[in-house]
Amino acid sequence: MSGAVAQVGVPARQQAQGRRSSLTRSRIRAAWLFIAPSLIVLALIAGWPLVRTIWFSFTDADLNNLNDYDFIGFENYLANYDGEWLGLLTEPDWWHSVWNTVWFTLVSVSLETVLGIVVALILNAAFPGRGLMRAVILIPWAIPTIVSAKMWNWMLHDQFGVINDMLLRIGLIAAPITWTANPDTALWTAVMVDVWKHTSFMALLILAALQMLPQDIYEAAKVDGVSPIRVFFRVTLPLIKPALLVAVIFRSLDALRVFDLIYVLTSNSKDTASMSVYARQQLVDFQEVGLGSAASTLIFLIIALLVVITLAAGRVRLGEDPR
Amino acid sequence: MSRLIASFAAAAAIAASTSAFAVEISISCSALGKEYEICKQGVDAWAQRTGNTVKIVSTPNSATERLALFQQLLAAGAGDIDVFQIDVVWTGTLGNHLLDLTSKAQSAVGDHLPAMVETSRVDGKLMAVPWFADAGLLYYRKDLLDKYKRPVPQTWADLTETARLIQEGERKEGRNDFWGYTWQGRAYEGLTTNALEWIASYNGGTIVDEKGEVTIENPKAIEALKTAAGWVGTVTPEGVLNYTEEEARGVFQAGNAAFMRNWPYAWALAQGPDSTIKDKVGIAPLPKGGADGRHAGTLGGQLLAVSKYSKNAAAATDLVMYLTGAAEQKRRAVEGSFNPTIVSLYSDADIAKANPFIGDLVGVFSNAVARPATVTGQNYNKVSTEFFNAVHQALSKRAEPSQALNRLDRDLKRIKRNGWQ
Repeated sequence: MSGAVAQVGVPARQQAQGRRSSLTRSRIRAAWLFIAPSLIVLALIAGWPLVRTIWFSFTDADLNNLNDYDFIGFENYLANYDGEWLGLLTEPDWWHSVWNTVWFTLVSVSLETVLGIVVALILNAAFPGRGLMRAVILIPWAIPTIVSAKMWNWMLHDQFGVINDMLLRIGLIAAPITWTANPDTALWTAVMVDVWKHTSFMALLILAALQMLPQDIYEAAKVDGVSPIRVFFRVTLPLIKPALLVAVIFRSLDALRVFDLIYVLTSNSKDTASMSVYARQQLVDFQEVGLGSAASTLIFLIIALLVVITLAAGRVRLGEDPR
Repeated sequence: MSRLIASFAAAAAIAASTSAFAVEISISCSALGKEYEICKQGVDAWAQRTGNTVKIVSTPNSATERLALFQQLLAAGAGDIDVFQIDVVWTGTLGNHLLDLTSKAQSAVGDHLPAMVETSRVDGKLMAVPWFADAGLLYYRKDLLDKYKRPVPQTWADLTETARLIQEGERKEGRNDFWGYTWQGRAYEGLTTNALEWIASYNGGTIVDEKGEVTIENPKAIEALKTAAGWVGTVTPEGVLNYTEEEARGVFQAGNAAFMRNWPYAWALAQGPDSTIKDKVGIAPLPKGGADGRHAGTLGGQLLAVSKYSKNAAAATDLVMYLTGAAEQKRRAVEGSFNPTIVSLYSDADIAKANPFIGDLVGVFSNAVARPATVTGQNYNKVSTEFFNAVHQALSKRAEPSQALNRLDRDLKRIKRNGWQ
């Protein structure tokens, strides 16, 4: 921070800088004092469980008796027993759940981004009732996921579901679709419910960015007779890119941790399990705290890796204010 | 004189065990539908009789969530709950944390259904006492069987044929959402109970045998799964692959199915005043695999157990003995149609009057198939999960039954590698 202002200059300037740095030092001290409580709270509620989970992943802890466990190193991840490789990294079910989750994230976040931009552009236009509209589209996002998942589960029911009934009535389908029962459609169904729920969140973040855009550029474009589509791709999109990337990262983080939606819609089925469903099954159903913690640790690493890649690819610096 | 002394001693013993040391016992009984009310009446009666107080702890409705909660409480050694209502397949999982009731209850359990008593044991020790029994049953539409002049099916082949006949007939009359047979096919514990019934009815064993050997890969089991996979999309809606008990009952009770596999609880609801099929329903044992097969319903039900960490173990045990006793089981059967575990109650006149179907069930319960929970102990959940996932794959045609069972055999042997415990 002080590096940014440090410059080679005249002695008077150095003197001023010396005075400033003593002031800066006391300010830094005060700043630390002020952020210390939140750092401590953060360490307790975020750091401690994380460290504990990582520690457990190197043990053979069992939910039935959490106090009695042995350190077993990397055996939960990869181990060789009598020439046979075992452990999480060799487990096809785990990799299947990783693939399910990544696929789910890619598809749902892409759809949400495109639809979010469309919705935001509509809401950005001036029309009567715009305020009400903005409030209304937030409703799906405000309903807890567990509630909306259960609600959709009944609406998508193959015999009594209102969705099949409507589609049958308008003649789009000849027989009811088994949305959540068939493994081929179940993940698409989960994507659909996720898009229904989170598009409004995406739209709201994008809308906030749209509202900050300087109007004179658009006036200039209008004067020059540039087509609206060209304006969108050449002006609007580059300008909202930082906000858009933050929104995409937020949604991706959420989507990679998806649990309740898939668990309610399709239970513990291996065909559709996400990483979190897999970890919960190990931790709770099978009482394998060690293996489940290893899965949780891998989820943490995979998410961290993907976020770093996204940040690097988009050249976004989270420390800076998006302008 | 000796009589007088004896009665004094008895009175003193009662006083010592009760009013003199009145304690508070907490019990977790399920709060599904009628269960809470019936449970409360039972514990209140005991509290009044003994002078103790009883607190009922609310627990989640989902059995899976309830087990997770119990595990966390018990793993922490918490004495907050003295008496647990547990599922028949949890004894092995929770056994380490439960009080050995052998000395207190051994003589009493002789009157109970032997299969239920077996689910209460871990390594020969009695860790719980049976409270009420459940088993898979076949529900059928009496009116439709009459209409199409068909008997109650005795084998799965009969059932398939009758279901197809009725389904085709009803659909010709314009009822396009009518189906032959509904059951529970979602990838969850319920599918384990369904699939075990098919396999056991073909004499294909119970996944893991009594000695702990994995026996699932056999021709009978493959045949059973082929039969079941053949129903999906023909006489059974494809949606069954995501049905639990309530979805299956929904289709049946709306009058849209000829047959249903479900637990006894569905009876009272099918006969309810708002039911569209009131007085049109019959129940029977589930069909046999073939002429040489057997009627197999999977054993379910609930047990009562005392926590090892209870501070009032004596009073808690007394409560368990009272609730599982004949008088209370009879009251529960009459008022809540819970199936008793005490054999003699199945010929009780009052129960027969209140709930006529209970008397017919004693045969079903006596021959019920137990899930391999005792022998696989702590690993039961893993075994069951691998099993229902393999079955689900066969049902959704993602794998041939023989292929699915071959993979399952390998996975189960890997889980077993160092023995089951």
